[in-house]
Parts: sequence; structure tokens; C-alpha cells
Amino acid sequence: MATVDIRGVKKAYGTTRVIHGVDVDIRDGEFVVLVGPSGCGKSTLLRMIAGLENITGGEIRIGDRVVNDVPPKERDIAMVFQNYALYPHMTVGANMGFSLKLRGAPRSEIDARVARAAEILGLSQLLDRYPRQLSGGQRQRVAMGRAIVRDPQVFLFDEPLSNLDAKLRVQMRTEIKELHQRLKTTTVYVTHDQIEAMTMADKIVVMHDGVVEQIGAPLDLYDKPANQFVAGFIGSPAMNFIGGTVEVNGTGQFRCDSGVMMPLEGIAATHHGRRAVYGLRPEHIRIVPDGAPAEVIVVEPTGSEMLVVARLGGPKGQEIACLFRERMTLQPGETIKISPMKGMPHLFDEASGARLDG
Amino acid sequence: MADIAAPGARARSRSWWSGIGQGRHVLGLLFLLPAAVFLLLFLTYPLGLGVWLGFTDTRIGRDGVFVGLENYELLWIDSVFWLAVFNTLLYTTGASILKFGLGLWLALLLNQHLPFKAFFRAVVLLPWVVPTVLSAIAFWWIFDAQFSILSWALIKLGLIDQNINFLGDSTNARASVIAANVWRGIPFVAISLLAGLQTIPPSLHEAATLDGASGWQRFRYITLPMLSPIIAVVMTFSVLFTFTDFQLIYVLTRGGPLNATHLMATLSFQRAIPGGQLGEGAAIAVAMIPFLLAAILFSYFGLQRRKWQQGGGD
Ligand SMILES: Nc1ncnc2c1ncn2[C@@H]1O[C@H](COP(=O)(O)OP(=O)(O)OP(=O)(O)O)[C@@H](O)[C@H]1O
Ligand SMILES: [Mg+2]
Repeated sequence: MATVDIRGVKKAYGTTRVIHGVDVDIRDGEFVVLVGPSGCGKSTLLRMIAGLENITGGEIRIGDRVVNDVPPKERDIAMVFQNYALYPHMTVGANMGFSLKLRGAPRSEIDARVARAAEILGLSQLLDRYPRQLSGGQRQRVAMGRAIVRDPQVFLFDEPLSNLDAKLRVQMRTEIKELHQRLKTTTVYVTHDQIEAMTMADKIVVMHDGVVEQIGAPLDLYDKPANQFVAGFIGSPAMNFIGGTVEVNGTGQFRCDSGVMMPLEGIAATHHGRRAVYGLRPEHIRIVPDGAPAEVIVVEPTGSEMLVVARLGGPKGQEIACLFRERMTLQPGETIKISPMKGMPHLFDEASGARLDG
Repeated sequence: MADIAAPGARARSRSWWSGIGQGRHVLGLLFLLPAAVFLLLFLTYPLGLGVWLGFTDTRIGRDGVFVGLENYELLWIDSVFWLAVFNTLLYTTGASILKFGLGLWLALLLNQHLPFKAFFRAVVLLPWVVPTVLSAIAFWWIFDAQFSILSWALIKLGLIDQNINFLGDSTNARASVIAANVWRGIPFVAISLLAGLQTIPPSLHEAATLDGASGWQRFRYITLPMLSPIIAVVMTFSVLFTFTDFQLIYVLTRGGPLNATHLMATLSFQRAIPGGQLGEGAAIAVAMIPFLLAAILFSYFGLQRRKWQQGGGD
């Protein structure tokens, strides 16, 4: 187990710069999730930690050793690849024991450790099979088994669940989390699925176009997104954004471009007249008698909740998504009166996207 | 009316078709038939004729009569024939081992991130696209007793002080023809193995690297086993080509000196056409068949279709 310190790390392929100075501190035993849209450089960063890509600038430390020039095999790191990268010509047992065999461990020790890992992952019956004889979920587990047999300093996962179906993904998510609680090995986990990030992480690193947008605990990111990008990325369904102007006349208000007024608490008077983006999560909207009018367009009941898409301020207004816990009979075309829950709206600078309130 | 009748007819014709379609074997056989007839005519006929000739005493210009195993009995006690068998085995083994080793080495090299990769890959193919006869003539010149460029270069380097008698001495001649065959055969092996190397996912090498494998260990535990099915196929073909080689030898040495480079193929030709003994030549050629079959069976049962491969038997 070890800490991982990433300091001002940059990466360029020739003249294409893909990571522009990333700083992340990962504590011993922490489960850190790198999340971000496709192409933002998550895999690249992970592969730099593993040593599969060289580091163009900055410094990566594992424990207290700078590993920039340490070859991958000496970094004591295990990685689970998106396509699992199981050795097709080796049985499950041989796949899992390969690293020990390379290290020259005695046969009995290899067998014992493989058996223990297989037990943890429920693979004991499959040790003599070849990868092609396994289901996707089983392959995924073998890939994890190969990693845990080694008892490395750090686990790296690169979108390990993206090849699985939705149900299995949820199950494996729990299994990986349980595994981490059991082994307490420092883990860096890459995904572009924000739900995976929210549910698994101790700490989330949100990346976008090769820079870190925000680092924090899942709920901090949800409650206080540092900018409009993080606000839109974390949370599902995504946050609604409404353009308009801040007005502070005693109490704060937000005049949407459509003319609708929305409440805004605790806003400094200095922001009066400022152009801004009003962010409101669908689950923070409720129906009140004196709310802003909105015309219902689509109603999607899921059983536990209802997703309603409505146009704020009438038929020509902006579409916003609302999530209601209580069941209602709503018809498209109907007008509802909505209002944000107290203290829940977010405000972002229109130009930079940076968070304004707080 | 037609509209009403049509569905019935269509249904009937559909069932006829689907009958054929479902009886996949019937349909398969139908498709196979032209190819089978073609093969039968153009492959079996010459082969059958050859085998038949081996049992006769046919000479050029004279129909032979059936003589049973007489040709084979004569070959059994013919020291030149046995020398040719030995030469063929030596030639095939030596050349194949060298082609495999050098071809694999070249393939690994070309699979690296080299500058001008495409150019080098094209260059490697050259020996293969040059007509055999042309390359044989080139080698004949390279191995010439008087004007050999090799001898010249070695003398200039001060390594030897007189011309090497490449094709005049038994051992040298054998080494020389093997060298020429290797030169010619390497591209096939190298390019095929290169294609095989490129089917190995890079992530396997990355996983092995993280598992702590050195370069050699990755070759030993990842590259080689994953390449083995292709190696089996390529080397089977290579062995078959080499075993039946004729052109190179015929141009370079005509089997000499003192039959030291006579292969079964060249001996068969020499006895049959210039020598006129069609029956005996055919018998020698037929004697090659067991060797070839053995090679094919060995490769088929011993080397191909690993258990771990997709579609391999469990
Ligand atoms: N070998 C390369 N040469 C040039 N550019 C590359 C190379 N590899 C990756 N890139 C670029 O680097 C950027 C980051 O790639 P990376 O694979 O890290 O994305 P990612 O965040 O993992 O995306 P995904 O979620 O799709 O896996 C991409 O814009 C990609 O085009
Ligand atoms: Mg990726």
C-alpha cells in the first residue's frame, strides 16, 4: 500500500498536448475515481502512473519514490484493463499466478495464493478453464484476481465494467467496493460513468480536456460543484442551466432570459445586474402554488419517481427536467407551478463557468 | 386470379428452397461439386498417372508395361537415390531451421517502432517477388568460382587469401544451396509471422510488463505461444516448399558435385527427362509422398488448433 502523488503532470504526443498539468494527491488506501468525458485524458493519466506511457512533464511519486524513470515492472502496480487483457493461452489459474511465476515463487506458494484469490472472487471452480470459456463477468473477475494475487502497492482500473451489461455492472461495482474495503489497497479507478464514480469513490477527480476541474468527496462535488462543467457532469439526470441576470433588491432574484423570475438566496448585492447561469438539479424542484409556471411536455414515471420535462414560463420557454418523488397525474400540455427547494440553486459565471455563490 | 394463385406457388417454391437450405449438406455438396470435379480432373489425373508410371518401365517414346515394384526395388539398392534422400532431408531441415530462426528474428525486428517501417517491410519482400530462376542465376554468379563477389569481399577484408570454391566442393555446395534457399524463403516466413505478431493485442504485452515480465519473458510466455498456431502453418508450408524445391538446385548445381546436392526432385527429373527413364523418375517422385504426408500429419495433429484457441476442441 502506498500514497500516489501526481504533481504538475503533463503529457504530449509529439506536438499534441493531451494533459496540461494535473495535480492529485492520493492517500494510502484511498479509492480515487478519475471521471470525465471521453478523450479527456483519464486513461493516459492512469497509464502514466502504471509506467506504460512516459511522463512529458511533472512528477509522479508512489510512496516516497519518484517513479518517472522507474520501469513499470518495478513500480509494484497491478492494472485491470478495459478489455481485461487475459492471456488467452493460459488457464484461469495460470493467468492469476503468472506474476508470481515470473517472480520465481515456489509452486506451492503460487497455488496457495491463487486459490485464496479465487476463493475471494468465487472463481475456485473455474481455475482450469481458458479465458474463452468464461462469461464477460467471469473474465472481469479473473482480471481482478490477477491483480489481487500480487498484493501490489496500487491497483489501477481502466473502465473495467464498461463491457458488462447494466445489471452485472451494478453487481461488480459492489464487489469491487467490497474488495477494496477488505484489502485496503490504494486504488485509482477510471470511468466515464458518473454514477460509478459517485457510488464507489472516496474521492473523485473530475477531468475535462486534460485538466482537473475539481477534486473532492462525491457529495461535495454534488453539493458544491466548482464550476458549470462539474455541475453538469455530476448528478443524474443532469442539472438544468438557465441563462439570465442576477437582480438583488433586498432579496436576491434571478431574471431568466424568458422573463421568468426565480428565487436566489444569500447572494451578495455586488452581483446585481450580472449575467450568470442559474443551475438547478431536477431533484431540487418541487411544485408550489406560487411557483413559476411551466408547461409539461413529457412525463416519464419510473415507479419510484417521476421525471417531468417542462418548458419554463410557457410554450416558448426553456426546457427543464424535474424529478418528483410523489406520484401525480400530469398530462402533457398541463401547466405546473414550480420552485427550487430552499438553498438548492447554484449560480455560475456566464463567461468562465466558475461558481459564484458561497 | 394471379394474385390468389401466387401465394400458394410462392409458398411451395419457398418450401422447396428452404428444404434445400435446411439440408445444408445437400446445398453444400451442390456448391462443392464443380470444385470437386475440377480438382479430380486436374489434380488426381496427373498424380494418378505419376503413380501408375512408377509401376511401369516407361521410357520416353516407348510405352511401358506394368512391372510391379521393380522400380522401387531398384531404388532400394540405389546409393544415389539414398544420397538424394539424405540431401533432401538435410536441405529441408537446415533451410527450414534457418528460415524459421531468421524469419522470426526479422519479423520481431519489423514489428518494432522503426523509422521507415513501411520501406523495410517492402524490402524484406524483395527476395520473394524476384522470379526464382532470376535469383538462382544471381546466386550462381555470387557463388562463381572465379568471380564470386563474396570471395572478392572476403579477400579484400583480408579474411581469406584465395577464392572459395562454393559450388565445387560437396560441403560448400550444400551450404551454398541452403543459403540461397534461405535467402529466398525468408520473406514468406518473416512476413507471415509479422502478420501473426500484429494480431497479438498490445494490452497483453502491457499486462505482462506490469506482471513483471522482462523482454525475454514476454517473448517466451506471450509472443511465442500466441504465435505458435501461425508458426505451425507457416513452417508446414515452408517445409513443403523446401522439400519439393527444384529450380534453385537445378540452376545452381544440377545436383553436383558428385550428386552432393541432388534432391529427390532434381534426381527424379534427371532420371525421367534427360535420362529418359520415366518410370524410374516417377517412382522417385512417388517416394517423396510419404515424407510430405508425414510433415502434413505432424503439423495437423501436433501443432495446429490449440485448446485455448477460439473454435478449438475442448
Ligand atoms: N498515441 C496517441 N497519440 C496521439 N494522441 C493520443 C494518443 N493516445 C491518446 N491520444 C489522445 O489523448 C487524449 C486522451 O486520451 P485518453 O485515452 O486518455 O482518453 P480517455 O479519457 O481515457 O477517454 P475514454 O473515456 O474514451 O477512454 C485523446 O484526445 C486522444 O485522442
Ligand atoms: Mg480511456
